[in-house]
Amino acid sequence: MIREPLIFEISEKGKKAFSLPELDVPSKKDLLRNLPVRDEIEGFPQVSEVEIVRHFTRLSQTNHCIDVGFYPLGSCTMKYNPKINEKIASLLEFNSSHPAAPLDLIQGNLEVLKTTEELLAELTGMDAFSLQPSAGAQGELVGMMLIRAYLEERGNPRKIVLIPDSAHGTNPSSAHLCGYRVQEIRSNKKGTIDLKSLSQNMTEEVAALMITNPNTLGVFEADIKKMAKIVHSKGGFVYMDGANMNALIGVCRPGDMDVDVIHLNLHKTFSTPHGGGGPGSGPVGVKRMLKPYLPLPIIERKEEKYFLNFDRPKSIGKVHSFYGNFLVIVKALAYILSLGHEGLKEVSEVAVLNSNYVRKSLEREYYLKYKTPTLHECVFSDKFQREHGVGNIDIAKRLIDFGLHPPTMSFPLIVRGALMTEPTETESKRDLDLFIDAMKQISKEAKKNPEVVRSAPHTSYVRRLDETSAARNPVLMWMEKKKIK
Amino acid sequence: MSYISLSDKDRKEMMAKIGISSLDELFSTIPKDIMLKRELNVPSPMTELELIQFFEKITQKNSYQNYLSFLGAGAYSHVIPYIVDYLSSRGEFISPYTPYQPEVSQGTLQIIFEFQTLICQLTGMDIANASLYDGASAAAEAVLMAHRLKGKSKVIIAKTLHPHYRRVIQTYVKNLEVEIEEIKYSETGEFDLKDLRKKLDDKTAAVVFQSPNFMGIIENLKKISDLAHSVQALSIAVVTEPVSLGILEAPGKLGADIVAGEGQSFGLPLSFGGPYLGFMACCKEYIRQFPGRIAGQTKDVDGKRGFVLTLSTREQHIRRERATSNICTNQAWCALRATIFLETLGQEGLKELAWQNIQKANYALDKLSQIKGIKRKFKGNSFNEFVLEFSGGFEKISRSLRKKGIIGGLNLGEYYPELKKCALVCVTEMHKREEIDKLAAILEEGVKEK
Amino acid sequence: MYPDDFYYTKDHEWIQVKGGKATVGITDFAQKQLGDVVYVELPKVGKKLEFHQSMGVIESVKAVSDVYSPVSGEVIEVNKGLDDSPELVNQDPHGKGWFIRLKIKDEAELEKLITASEYEEFLEGIEE
Repeated sequence: MIREPLIFEISEKGKKAFSLPELDVPSKKDLLRNLPVRDEIEGFPQVSEVEIVRHFTRLSQTNHCIDVGFYPLGSCTMKYNPKINEKIASLLEFNSSHPAAPLDLIQGNLEVLKTTEELLAELTGMDAFSLQPSAGAQGELVGMMLIRAYLEERGNPRKIVLIPDSAHGTNPSSAHLCGYRVQEIRSNKKGTIDLKSLSQNMTEEVAALMITNPNTLGVFEADIKKMAKIVHSKGGFVYMDGANMNALIGVCRPGDMDVDVIHLNLHKTFSTPHGGGGPGSGPVGVKRMLKPYLPLPIIERKEEKYFLNFDRPKSIGKVHSFYGNFLVIVKALAYILSLGHEGLKEVSEVAVLNSNYVRKSLEREYYLKYKTPTLHECVFSDKFQREHGVGNIDIAKRLIDFGLHPPTMSFPLIVRGALMTEPTETESKRDLDLFIDAMKQISKEAKKNPEVVRSAPHTSYVRRLDETSAARNPVLMWMEKKKIK
Repeated sequence: MSYISLSDKDRKEMMAKIGISSLDELFSTIPKDIMLKRELNVPSPMTELELIQFFEKITQKNSYQNYLSFLGAGAYSHVIPYIVDYLSSRGEFISPYTPYQPEVSQGTLQIIFEFQTLICQLTGMDIANASLYDGASAAAEAVLMAHRLKGKSKVIIAKTLHPHYRRVIQTYVKNLEVEIEEIKYSETGEFDLKDLRKKLDDKTAAVVFQSPNFMGIIENLKKISDLAHSVQALSIAVVTEPVSLGILEAPGKLGADIVAGEGQSFGLPLSFGGPYLGFMACCKEYIRQFPGRIAGQTKDVDGKRGFVLTLSTREQHIRRERATSNICTNQAWCALRATIFLETLGQEGLKELAWQNIQKANYALDKLSQIKGIKRKFKGNSFNEFVLEFSGGFEKISRSLRKKGIIGGLNLGEYYPELKKCALVCVTEMHKREEIDKLAAILEEGVKEK
Repeated sequence: MYPDDFYYTKDHEWIQVKGGKATVGITDFAQKQLGDVVYVELPKVGKKLEFHQSMGVIESVKAVSDVYSPVSGEVIEVNKGLDDSPELVNQDPHGKGWFIRLKIKDEAELEKLITASEYEEFLEGIEE
C-alpha cells in the first residue's frame, strides 16, 4: 500500500485548490499600515483539489472504523452510528443558526434542547439536566462543581472525594480540578465497593462518592442504595459516572438508586459518532436540590415558547462558550426518538446478552479475575498467556491481523493485563463469533507459537510503532528539512 | 427503528450457550426494588420517515437562516469549500474511535499531526494539541497551565476578552487558588496598557487578552507581551477569529507564550454554538504542563514512518488526579474538518480570505459611520468586526432592520452596560457589496424618517 | 541481583550510603514494571527532603510513578545524565541510572529500611 506523505511534502508554490469571487468593494491599501502583518504563513501547504481529495481518501482507508468492523472496547460503548441522524443534524435550519441569534428566530433549536433534557431525565430518573458539558470529563467536572457549590453555600465545601480503585482516570482528575483531594476505596473480592471500607472512609470531610454503575468490571454495584445511605448520613453526595448506562436503559434508573448527580456520554450510550476522538457530549443530570447551581443559561418553556434564563444567582456559571455541542445533541435526540421505549429497553437487553455470550465463550481461554456475573462488559486478563511470555498488548496487536480492533487495555487498574471487552448491542452473532474465534486462535498461538503474537501486527498499514522514542524525542509537527538542526 | 443485528435463532443459540432460558436472568444481580417496573415514558419508536417529518416540523420554527445577518461575536459565517463536507462525512472519519491503537488509526493520527503543524504555523509556536472543546475552555486551560507553570495566583484578563470566555474562566478557576483581575479598554478600543502597568506585579502568572478583541480591534501583541514578560508573567493570546492569522503576524513572533482560541471559522458551520473547536499552542519549554492529546511522529519495527499519541503521561488516564487536564474526548472530527479546510485554502487562499474580510468590513465601517446618527465607536484597527454607536440607541433600529429581513449586529449593551447604545457588527467574505449597501441604505432611510 | 551494600524500600527505591552521603535510585524490579523510561523529574540541588517524601516522578510511555526519598536529607547532586538519556534507568538501574545524592540527616533512619535479602523475599511475595 502506498505510504501517504504529509500534505506539506507534496506542497508546491502556485498550486491552488480554492478561489473566492473577486473583491467587490474598493480595496484600501493603507488598512494594513499600522499593523504587524505577515508576508506568508511559513510552511503552509499549497496543493490542488485533486491532491486533497486523494490525500484524505487514502488516509481514511488506513483507519479502522465501526462502519468496517467491531470495536469491543470496554467502557466506550462503540455502537453503530445511525446515518439518518447525520442527515438530520446537517439540516440547514440547524447548522446555520448563529448562537447569538434572536430567540424568536431559533425556537426549533431550543425545543430540541428542552425535549432532550426531558427525555434524559425520564431515562435516568433525575429531575433536571444541563446539556452544556462537551464531553464526559467536562460533565464530571460540572457535577463536582455543583456539589461543591451546594456545600459551600452551607458553610463547608469539604475536602475529599472518595473514588474506587477501578474508576476511569477522568474521575480523580475532575475531582482534583474542583479543588478536592482524592481518596481511593478498595474493591472487594467480588470487584465491587467494599461497604466496610466506605463506612470507614465516609466522614464529614467527604463531599462525595464517585461511582460507576455497573462498574468498570461490568459488575452491578448491588449495594448502591446502602452506599447512598452511608454517604447521605454524613451529608455527602453520590455522583454516578454514567459511562456504562448502556447496561441499564429501560431496566433501572440511577435516580431510583438514590444517586444525586450523574453524567451521560451521548457519544457512548446514545450512538453519536466518535469521530476519531470527539466531539462528544456529557450532559449532567441532577436531583432537585442541585438544580439552582446548574450552568447558565437554563432553557425554559412557557406555553409553547422557549426562553433562556440567565438570572440564576446560584449557578456555577458557564462551562461552554454557548450551549454545548448542539449538533451532537440533535443526533442523540434523533436516536432516542427512533428507538422509542421498546427500542431503548432492547438496547440494554441485547448489550448484556452479547457481552455474556462473549464471556461464556472465552472464559476457558482467558482468565477472569472476578467470577461475579457481569452485565454489558467483562474484563479478561492475560494471566494464562503471560505464562508463555505473551501479554495483553501482544494479544491486542495480534487481533489487528484478524481485522479486529482490540478491547480496552490495561484498565481498570485493579486487573493486571486487563482486556476490557464490551461488544454493544449492535453487533451480529457472526461478528461476535469472528472475535471469539480470533481470540481462541491467539490463545493457542500464545502456547504454540508465542513469537508470532509478540511480533504482531504483521499485516497492518504500519507495524508495531516505537512509542518510547516518540516520548523520549518528541516530534510534534512537520518541519522543512533544512530547518531541522 | 432498531439497530439490533440478532435473529431469533441467534438469540436462542446464544442463550443456550450462556445457559439461560430468559434474558431476565442476566439482570439477576440488580436488586428487585431498583428494577424499573413500568415502561419508559418515551414515545413509541419512529421509522426513518416519521423521524424526518418530526424534525422538519421542528425546523419550521427556525427562521434565522432567512435573514441577512451581521452577527459575529465569537461565531463567524465563512465559506466552507464543499470538499470539507464531502471528505469529513466518510465513515472512516466519522465512525472511528480515539486512536489508542495506532496501527489501525494512521489516518486519524496523521491528520492530527497535520492539524498540529498547521496550528503551529499559524500561531508561530512549537507545539499544538489535537483540540480542546471550544475557545472558552481553551482559554481556561491556558490560564490553568500558566498557574501551574508559574506557581503564582494572579491572572490579569482583558475586559475585551469575549464575555462568555471570561465567565468560563471564572467557573474553572473558582475552586483553585487563582485570583482574576480585569483590565479595561482604552478610547481606541484597545487593551489599556496604562491600566496593565498599574496592575502587573510579581504575583502575576499571566496576562490574557484577545486579538482581534471582542470589539473587533486588533491589539498590540508585542507591547502587551513585553509588559507581561517584564514581571516574568506569561503572555496568553486568545484568538476567536483565526482567519485574521491569514494576514496578521503570528502571535508567537510577537511574544505570546501560549495561544488559545476557537477554530470554528475553519470549516465548521455556525451550528448554534457547537460542536466547535478549541485549539491551543505553546513554546516547547512548557510541553510537560501542556494539556490535551498530542500526536507525535515515530517509526515502526520495519523503520517506516508512523504517528502515535504521545506524552500521554500528562493526561488523565495515566496521571489521574495530577493530570494537566481532565480532558479525554476532544473535538477530533472538528479538527479534521479544519485540517481539510486549511489545506484546501492553502497559503494563498487563507491570505485572500483574510484580505477580503478586512477590506469588506472596513468598507462597511466607513460607509455606515458616515450616516448621520451613527458613529464609529473605536479608533483602533478592525479586522472583520467593529462597534457602531447609535445616537438614538440600537434597540429600535434593530427592530426595524428585523422587519426588513436584516439582523444588523449584536446589541452590546447586554454585555457592556456602558456601551448600551452600541452594536457589534461583523462583515465577512460572505457579505456581498450590495448587501452592505442595502444595510447602509436602510439605516440612512431610518435616520431620515425621524 | 540486588547489591548487598544497598538498603531498599517497599516502594522499590534503593539507597547506598558512603560516609554520610547517600546515592538513591530505583530497583531493577521497578524499572521492569515501568517499561521504557521516557522522563525523570528530579528535585533541585539544595532541596531538603523528609523520610518518604515524594522527591520526583518517573514516567514511562504508559505509566507514571512517584519516587520517594528513603531517608531525610539534603539534595547535594542530581543525575543530569537522565535528562538526555532516561534509558539509563532501564539499562543500569543500580549504577548509571542513579537519581540523586543526599547528605543524610540521621543515619538511624536506615533502620527503617530493608536489606537485599529482605527485599528479594518481599518481591517473591508480591501478588501476580
